[in-house]
Amino acid sequence: MPNPRSARPNRRGVLAGAAAVSAILAAPAVVRAQASALKIAVLLPRSGYLAPSGQSCHRGALIAPQVLAHYGYRVELVHIDTESSVDVARTQAERAINEGAKCIVGAFDSAGTLAMAQVCEQRQVPLVVNIAGAPQLTEQGLKYLVRNFPTGGQLVVNGLKLIKDVLAATKLAPKSAVFIHANDTFGTAQRAAMDRLFPAAGMPFQLVDSIAYDPTAQDLSVEVTKIRARSPELVLVVTRAADAIKLVRDMVRQRFEPQAVISPGSPGLYDEEFYQALGPLADYHVYNLPWADPKAPMSQALEAAFKAAHPNFRFAVDCFNVGFTVEALLVAAAAFKRAGTADGAPLMQAIRATDIADHVMIGPAIRFDDKGQNPGIPSACVQSRNRTPTVVLPAEAATMTPVLPQPSWQGRS
Amino acid sequence: MRALWRDTALWRDMPVRGRLLAGLLLVLLLAAPLFADRYLLSILILIFYFAYVGQAWNLMMGLAGQLSLGHALHVGLGAYVAAMLWVYFGIGPWLGVIPAIGVAALVGAAIAWLGCRFSIEGVYFALLTIAFAEFTRIAFDHFGAAGGAGGFFVPYQAQRLGEWWNLRGGQWLFYYVGLALATGAVVLTAWLKGSRLGYQWRALREDQQAARALGIDILAAKMKAATISSAMTAVGGVFYAFYYDSLFPAQVFGIGRSIELILAPIVGGLGTIFGPVVGAFILTPLGELLTAALEKLGVNAPGAKALFYGLTLMSIIFVRPDGVWPWLARACGLTGRRSGASP
Amino acid sequence: MSGIILNVVVQGVLTGLVYGLMALGLSVIFGIVRVVNFAHGEFAVIAMYAAFVLFRNFGLDPVAAMLPVAAVFFGVGYLLQSALINPFVGRAEHEQFILLVGLGMVIVNGLLMIFGPDARPVNLSYGLDSYEIGPLLIDKARLLAAAAAVVVAAILFGFFRLTALGTAIRACADNLIGAAVVGLDVKRLYALSFGIGLACVGAAGALMVTIADARPALAQAFTLQAFVIVIVGGLGSMSGALVGGVLIGVSEALAGFFFEPSMKSMFSFALLVVVLVLRPQGLMGRRA
Repeated sequence: MPNPRSARPNRRGVLAGAAAVSAILAAPAVVRAQASALKIAVLLPRSGYLAPSGQSCHRGALIAPQVLAHYGYRVELVHIDTESSVDVARTQAERAINEGAKCIVGAFDSAGTLAMAQVCEQRQVPLVVNIAGAPQLTEQGLKYLVRNFPTGGQLVVNGLKLIKDVLAATKLAPKSAVFIHANDTFGTAQRAAMDRLFPAAGMPFQLVDSIAYDPTAQDLSVEVTKIRARSPELVLVVTRAADAIKLVRDMVRQRFEPQAVISPGSPGLYDEEFYQALGPLADYHVYNLPWADPKAPMSQALEAAFKAAHPNFRFAVDCFNVGFTVEALLVAAAAFKRAGTADGAPLMQAIRATDIADHVMIGPAIRFDDKGQNPGIPSACVQSRNRTPTVVLPAEAATMTPVLPQPSWQGRS
Repeated sequence: MRALWRDTALWRDMPVRGRLLAGLLLVLLLAAPLFADRYLLSILILIFYFAYVGQAWNLMMGLAGQLSLGHALHVGLGAYVAAMLWVYFGIGPWLGVIPAIGVAALVGAAIAWLGCRFSIEGVYFALLTIAFAEFTRIAFDHFGAAGGAGGFFVPYQAQRLGEWWNLRGGQWLFYYVGLALATGAVVLTAWLKGSRLGYQWRALREDQQAARALGIDILAAKMKAATISSAMTAVGGVFYAFYYDSLFPAQVFGIGRSIELILAPIVGGLGTIFGPVVGAFILTPLGELLTAALEKLGVNAPGAKALFYGLTLMSIIFVRPDGVWPWLARACGLTGRRSGASP
Repeated sequence: MSGIILNVVVQGVLTGLVYGLMALGLSVIFGIVRVVNFAHGEFAVIAMYAAFVLFRNFGLDPVAAMLPVAAVFFGVGYLLQSALINPFVGRAEHEQFILLVGLGMVIVNGLLMIFGPDARPVNLSYGLDSYEIGPLLIDKARLLAAAAAVVVAAILFGFFRLTALGTAIRACADNLIGAAVVGLDVKRLYALSFGIGLACVGAAGALMVTIADARPALAQAFTLQAFVIVIVGGLGSMSGALVGGVLIGVSEALAGFFFEPSMKSMFSFALLVVVLVLRPQGLMGRRA
């Protein structure tokens, strides 16, 4: 549903307006482009097997125009469902550009993103990737693609460091860990990164086993039995929400009590379905991910808009998907404003020169290297407390201190 | 109870009017890139792809009567072989397509041999094909050299974009390659149907016992059908690999893909020459039209399009169980002069 | 270590029994009505959602919800067969296939539109309990579900063996022409069989929800698994479906434990190929 584009009058809007006016006076040739909004097509998998994540991102896309308007950015969004299919992603990208989209944001799954990237490259329309894990996307030399999302490798590097930090902060000294991951695109990328990075990471514990499970399995009891056969004190997980529920349930049933369940860099331990299914058992899990900065003004504005627009959903749960989606739109909108035109080549140039300090996620200003990758997205250490994801590290962004080892499964309320 | 097969005609039985129309369609498609926009061309590429692999499947099912529900296996094998040869050895698809065909043909023949030798028929044979496809999918999920579940990527390499024999190029290249494949498949099907082998297939499809009594080598005929079908499908896989530049086992070998590629020939008309083409021309645009219509109506419910798509499939199979093309051919007077059946 | 392996085997048996019940429904439908029900998993998922709704709104335990769900599914199956499926009985498999694939798409996407893509859990009070017997840790919920599956299978077995109606249905399956000659109302019996088959699926789905959470994405996996079990166990054999389920459950569990769990389905499919080649009637089926 389109949101009203009009900016509410406030100091920022006036300043932005003044800036716009001076830009208009300075460059009369681009008057028409400046006065209008940037038409962006947002392609997300809102049905098919990626539906939960796609719909979560979509909630962010719906409120982006009004939030960006506060900052003087005008966007007009077209929302398209890629149906978790490469075929649809490609044809719909063509259609979107036909119908006037000057920029594309998407697409969560790497195959669809690459299909769209080829269209964008051929038609010289910028593609800003909000979320997509495959490292190869920014290794292809594509000129019209930027990704404001860490690669699997970056996530693991940051995640491992944060594991060391959180163990130090809670004075926990586990001796062994088992790494279990879904055998899908994301899980495989993180496994490859773990295999490569763990030995040199200098972690205080040993990794005694790495287990890959079938993400379509309905039952993970055997996998949990395998884990507990090794008696690890730490369980490192890369899962999706539905699998995370099964894992924890079977750990409880099999009376296996690790000191901590930590995700080095994947979502899944904090989805709403996870909380609803497990209640108090969902608490104390730790996940190291880029996160919305609770102290950033744009993040706070986003949270307020989210609450108003989606009363049945919690911002804390959606902020990963929502934050990155809004940031991708921010990148496009800010570049449009700077370039003063929606034409492909200058717009792309402006996007590549992005340097935005005031954004949603924790970390330094949004910048892209010459491959189009943003190399500086840090992770935060987030822990579920009272069924709410809470940032516990780094201290500057934290709202609570981490608590480990996790209490026993029994007797939790 | 044995299904009653409707008789289908040969190309030479088609009235002149029909052949002219087919020729006209071909000319239109050849000229399309000059006046159609990129969106339409991207849909046409999909139509050609589905018409092509549908035609390949049609050979095995429509002509020889063997139900394969795991045909994505051959798409995937062709795709991975060609892509890996390109990335690891620099062997372009113009050459890499040969081992791709070889591997798929071998596997297809093996499955057909198993089916014939151990009398695995009908639904059981279909499940056999599913088992092979799923087994291969999971195997590739763990096949590190092929990227495993993380995916296999064909690098973009802007500097090589003009190399059409390596399938590196823009939309027009894939459009014409796709058109060539689809046309070639139609021609091949027409020729096979009228050939001795085609008659053998028809015989064994109608009544296997009688065919055997006539001295037809059932095993040889079935294996030829499976081999040709798999080989053709593998070429479609090569096209897929270089068009999308990325391969993921779950998406390439998945049973969803196997189901998807048999929809066009069944909806169009099994065993006919033009059935898969008609089916592809109906189903692919149908999906796009549904999306556009739902958008115009302001319906923001993900899943609605697929739901209507499913309803349409059910309606078509209810109303036209033999496929749309036989009915359309009759309505337009394009049926065979002698048999009254559709080509 | 042997204690751990014993645990794995027991888990495989219990889970396999519930899968076996789902396969039982397919065995009835495929074995008797000869319809290739490729929407089998989709119906199971509807039953899961039905049990979820009954639990959420009325607090009804899924094991108890099994009865009303199965009853409703019986009615649905009866009507579905008479209205939709009957014209397709005896037609080519590919036509049945398209019909049911289309129906499956409608069901899965309808569920997606109504309930959304997230997993819907049924949080039973005893859902996380387990019994400790020596080295064994047995989940209470799984044990109950498995026991219920066995009971349903036994009832079905009794129906088909001991009642006149059941015998009549089996006659249809064995010899259609003969049955018609003898004066049996084949159409009505077909509808009844489809109803019974779907009732099984309904019961299995309701039980499944104690083990897994309801999600639209489960449907295709269920369908495939049901077919594998039915073929391995033997078409038209009640005990075959359960035995097949247990066999698949245990072999997958052991394969997952000793090798990589992500590979465990490979073994089921390999087993399917072996059975199709060497013993196509399945382990407990009779040669046609």
